[in-house]
Amino acid sequence: MQSSRKVSALAVASVAALVLSGCAESKRDESGTSGSSGSTSNATMTFAAAGAPKTFDPFYATDGESFRPARQMFEGLVDFKPGTADLTPGLATSWNPSSDGKTWTFKLRTGVKFSDGTPFNADAVCKNFERMDKQNEAGQTAASYWNDNMGGFNKSKTDLYQGCTAKGEDSVELKLLRPTSKFPALLGLPAWSMQSPTALEKYKANDVKAQGDGITQSEYASKYPTGTGPFKFESYDVQNKTVTLVRNDDYHGEKAKVAKLVFKIIPDGTSRKQALLAGDVDGYDLPNPVDWASLKSAGMNLMVRPAFNILYLGLNPTKNPALKDLKVRQALYYAINRDQLVKTQLPEGATVATQWYPKTVDGYSDAVQQYKYDPEKAKSLLKEAGQSNLSIDLWYPSEVTRPYMPDPQKIFQAVKADWEKVGVKVNTVTKPWAGGYTDGTSNGASPAFSIGWTGDYNTPDNFLANFFIGKQMGVTSYPWGAQLQKEITDADSIVDAGQRTAAYKKLSEKLMKDYMPGLPISNSPPAIVFGKNISGIVASPLTAEDFSTAVKK
Amino acid sequence: MLRYIARRVIQMIGVLFALSLLIFVWLRMLPGGTVSAMLGERATPERAAQLRKTLGLDQPLPVQYWKFLTNAVRGDFGVSSQVAAGTDAMRVFLDRLPATIELTGFAIVLALVTAIPLGYLAAKRRGGIFDGLGILVSLVGVAVPVFFLAVILKQFFAVDWHLLPVAGRQSPELDATRVTGFFIFDGLITREYDAAWDAVKHLILPAIALATIPFAVIFRITRASVLDVLDEDFIRTAEAKGLKPGTIRTRHVLRNAMLPVVTTIGLQVGGLLTGAVLTETVFSIPGLGDAMKVGFETRDYSVVQVLIIMAALTYVLINLLVDIAYAYIDPRVRIR
Repeated sequence: MQSSRKVSALAVASVAALVLSGCAESKRDESGTSGSSGSTSNATMTFAAAGAPKTFDPFYATDGESFRPARQMFEGLVDFKPGTADLTPGLATSWNPSSDGKTWTFKLRTGVKFSDGTPFNADAVCKNFERMDKQNEAGQTAASYWNDNMGGFNKSKTDLYQGCTAKGEDSVELKLLRPTSKFPALLGLPAWSMQSPTALEKYKANDVKAQGDGITQSEYASKYPTGTGPFKFESYDVQNKTVTLVRNDDYHGEKAKVAKLVFKIIPDGTSRKQALLAGDVDGYDLPNPVDWASLKSAGMNLMVRPAFNILYLGLNPTKNPALKDLKVRQALYYAINRDQLVKTQLPEGATVATQWYPKTVDGYSDAVQQYKYDPEKAKSLLKEAGQSNLSIDLWYPSEVTRPYMPDPQKIFQAVKADWEKVGVKVNTVTKPWAGGYTDGTSNGASPAFSIGWTGDYNTPDNFLANFFIGKQMGVTSYPWGAQLQKEITDADSIVDAGQRTAAYKKLSEKLMKDYMPGLPISNSPPAIVFGKNISGIVASPLTAEDFSTAVKK
Repeated sequence: MLRYIARRVIQMIGVLFALSLLIFVWLRMLPGGTVSAMLGERATPERAAQLRKTLGLDQPLPVQYWKFLTNAVRGDFGVSSQVAAGTDAMRVFLDRLPATIELTGFAIVLALVTAIPLGYLAAKRRGGIFDGLGILVSLVGVAVPVFFLAVILKQFFAVDWHLLPVAGRQSPELDATRVTGFFIFDGLITREYDAAWDAVKHLILPAIALATIPFAVIFRITRASVLDVLDEDFIRTAEAKGLKPGTIRTRHVLRNAMLPVVTTIGLQVGGLLTGAVLTETVFSIPGLGDAMKVGFETRDYSVVQVLIIMAALTYVLINLLVDIAYAYIDPRVRIR
């Protein structure tokens, strides 16, 4: 009897503890509330991140989880207009190319300071570029964005960057190896953010080393990232997996509305959703499309971004010689019911891709050859090509979701079913993303595979060069392979914007009619979601949301 | 005695050496690898080759292993490539150890303080409603997968009723002081009691999820063991002598029934560490289990290696201590 009383007492105590904890929770919520709507407040906004940032030095960053905090702390010479991929002034107020497109003059914003008090001026810009270009071996490996876009380091013969000259305090000249459509768009990427030269030097930002199977970070990257942005770095609590940024009260522009911005790392997707619904966090990125409806009905502020990505089926004729025949590739394209696939497997707002980059990219053509779903035509093309019994290995990644491919398995099944309807035998190959999938596809080991790309900035080159200059689609094994690669580089080098757009349109048409190296499938809009009490954020197609405009009620 | 200890230490080093070789080779035989995890869509064969060269992954496996071994002896297990990119792998282990100890410790205490009294009560009231209910709960406890239970608990207690937090170890806005990494302990010694209480709240749901299986097992063993003891003649004698029920319960029943329970607890503690991988994942607790999961998924060799080797080291060290204790107690062991 005595014991059962004790058990009851224990049960009562547990319930009381839970209720009390609930009260404490509500109290905490209230204290975080801010009455203000337009001006600055003392509120803290907590955003759930899917993973830990790999570095706080944006120059070496390659992943979205590192970019997001970096975008709040740093600014580049150019910026993107909120909600679009179009350029707008950043730390430079204007820019002009020389007539040969090889020298760019940037007029700089004045009166700007880094958060450590170092003035931002022409000298700081040149120190940044020199620092980026001067990398040791490990640094060159780690600096993916520079590597991919600039093509070399230390002003080498392949290095797009050839020098920086300060022309007074507020003007700077950048010299390039050749004209390129990337300029100045790529300067808006986090990798080209302006960082305090004082902090870079003091905390040895370039001191990266290969050690074991990883690359060590500098003291700067882990503790002292210093930019000109609306927020500044406060701490990274490794044991609690939270990153804290605070408002930069000396910011040159409009001050951040919230006082503190916390990134709470919650790798599990269901937990991120539950944390938002429970009010533990104020938002998270890339909600699973299957949750969109329930989040909206719970009153959450779900924002669908304009689609700036592409899902495509890569084809590689070196692994399946039948694919060398244009008729076979066209047949495989006619056989896919892309309207149906987009409607049933992709989120609301997704569209069928008719070419290799989304509609918002300069150089998109409305005159490309259309491949409407036509299984009969597919069959007859296969017959003409003598491939009525075609058999193909189709790869898909087993365990990831990507913004352009929310459920790889379902997309694979839809394509497989369509191909089988026209008599193509599909052999399934599935591998983990980092367990052989990206390795295999980038090395051209897969005859057909699902993959995609999210644009970094608004140029066709950012898409085309990534797809066709490499082994992934075995482009060089086609008779026209070298020609295509030359056409991509040539179009990129045209200085006149109008002529360049025309060249890309023509290239896009040729790609879909004559070359057809792979099969563009769809453009999917990824979403970002915030709680009911958060407003003021503009969703960006580049996932470059500015959190300083967020208002927490 | 010293010679015995020396022999055992040499054996232990041999075991660790063999294990390190096994893990090293096995990890590198898995498809994909660090390089593809680091590059993702940006992987071109040229970039991959460059990264492989920088990291020394283009060298023959024996050369790589020798480098790893000589560094590991000095305590350098390399740098994490993904789990905590750029951080020393040993540091990753040390940073995450407190979270796992806190969680598993909380879970085992929770299992013990509930399972033993309830198991005892169930046995005392054999065949009654309480007993039936207890058996049913323990059956469900064993049968329901930990992650499922975790999701359900979160849905009700955190999302629907807002009683407890959904994920993590502590609310970030508390800005708590870190001393040892054991958040509850840190909160107490720095007198930040709200931080300590907040850490406890974060542990309640994961600990319940993790404690379910040990609770069920310990409950059943306690119940069975107490039933056995209750049937013994000496209990009847004690009752006939008119001893107080409290004395019978603690001195006679529990003390005798606890032997198999204690053995079971030992086994359950080992199982808890496996359960922690799932629980830490579902509740986003940055502990060793979470590091192991992410490490495997992203082929973070340095982290996976250090985690397995440290686990093995702990295991062989405990064994060594137990054996030394045996040898100390029983001299025959030493000459075997």
